[in-house]
Amino acid sequence: MSAISAFPTEAPIVNAFTQEELSWTPWLEPLAESELTDRHRAGLVDASRAKSPYFMLLAHDPEVLEARTRADKDIFYNPVGGLPRAERELSATATSRHNGCIFCASVHSRFASSHSKRHEDVQRLLDEGTGADLGERWNAVTAAAVALSDTPVSFDEAEIARLRAAGLSDFEIVDVVSTSAFFNWANRLMLSLGEPVAPKAS
Amino acid sequence: MTAHSTDLIDQVLSITPGSHLDKLRRHREVARENIQKAYLALFAPVDTTSVSLVERFAIASFVSALQAQPVLADHYASSLARLDGGPGISAVINAEAERGATAGPYGVYPAGPLSAENKIGLHFAVSSDARKFLGERLATALDHAHLLVFRPRDSSRAALEGLIKAGWSTEGIVTLSQLVAYLAFQLRLVEGLIVLASAGIQPVNNNAVTSINPVLSASSNL
Repeated sequence: MSAISAFPTEAPIVNAFTQEELSWTPWLEPLAESELTDRHRAGLVDASRAKSPYFMLLAHDPEVLEARTRADKDIFYNPVGGLPRAERELSATATSRHNGCIFCASVHSRFASSHSKRHEDVQRLLDEGTGADLGERWNAVTAAAVALSDTPVSFDEAEIARLRAAGLSDFEIVDVVSTSAFFNWANRLMLSLGEPVAPKAS
Repeated sequence: MTAHSTDLIDQVLSITPGSHLDKLRRHREVARENIQKAYLALFAPVDTTSVSLVERFAIASFVSALQAQPVLADHYASSLARLDGGPGISAVINAEAERGATAGPYGVYPAGPLSAENKIGLHFAVSSDARKFLGERLATALDHAHLLVFRPRDSSRAALEGLIKAGWSTEGIVTLSQLVAYLAFQLRLVEGLIVLASAGIQPVNNNAVTSINPVLSASSNL
């Protein structure tokens, strides 16, 4: 057995899924703005990301960060065809709920709510988990995200058939796959490099 | 667009230009290009000061074996075996991956309402013989990779402290984390495409749509 422990040594501040805004604090030192070179700035893609401790930590490997950021934006924000934005965010939220990333789920559940106007359904996904009944189309997207997030992956032709029966085209199904896959990337970074903290009461 | 360049995913899945999967992938062309760029940034990096090439492929070989996706596992295992010292490491990694095989995600939530969802599972550590062979630095990275693959919600400051103690810098830990997390992404993209291909091409008229209820019809108009 190695020195890995199951519990953080400090009492965690956030212990439930929420659509409230949370902060995230890194366990390793992010770059300081004064340390940024052109290579780091290219990695950040957007200058405003220099305000984020998460992206400033990931900027320690700027080439990976740049590619990841550009893939992220295309998968989630590209408005041309494919899955409606609300359901891309649903897929991200369901993935984060299944993997247990409270911070990722908070951000993307808010996006799912604001794009779908279905705040209460999104809240039930957070409260009840990925088995919540959200109507067949959302259930199919959620079930696909869960099956894709299992390791080894349990996604098979039954999920494809269910998504198609719910009206999804193959372009939309690829968006379900990409958004869930992307959050399997994001969840592992957010969970392992820092932790969520509740915003300070003002 | 006309230059039909292929990338790793095309290669491992034998996707040919103009095929159904090719068209589906090219629907998000920027993502497609950058998924390949991320692969190159991790496995043909401009700077190997923080994480060596052998370490990168050894960790990838371990992770892809744990993830049990044959074409990716073969790709990383054969890439590792082509490196200096790779074949010896590869044999040890394969044995460790067999010891580490399990099913995730599992782990423990911060104490509170989610405690009812805690799922206990294997806390893997590389065997002592393999630790001697691989060295504490690589062995600790494999321990951490197993944590990230199967029980990311068990992550902790202590796990990062373990890496630091084993010789990992902040830059190195960021790259290691990106590498394992990227493989988690790549696995799912590849599996999704494989299943889509085996499910056949979707009929143009999907008459199943007519069976959905009014609430769902509303949601599909978003």
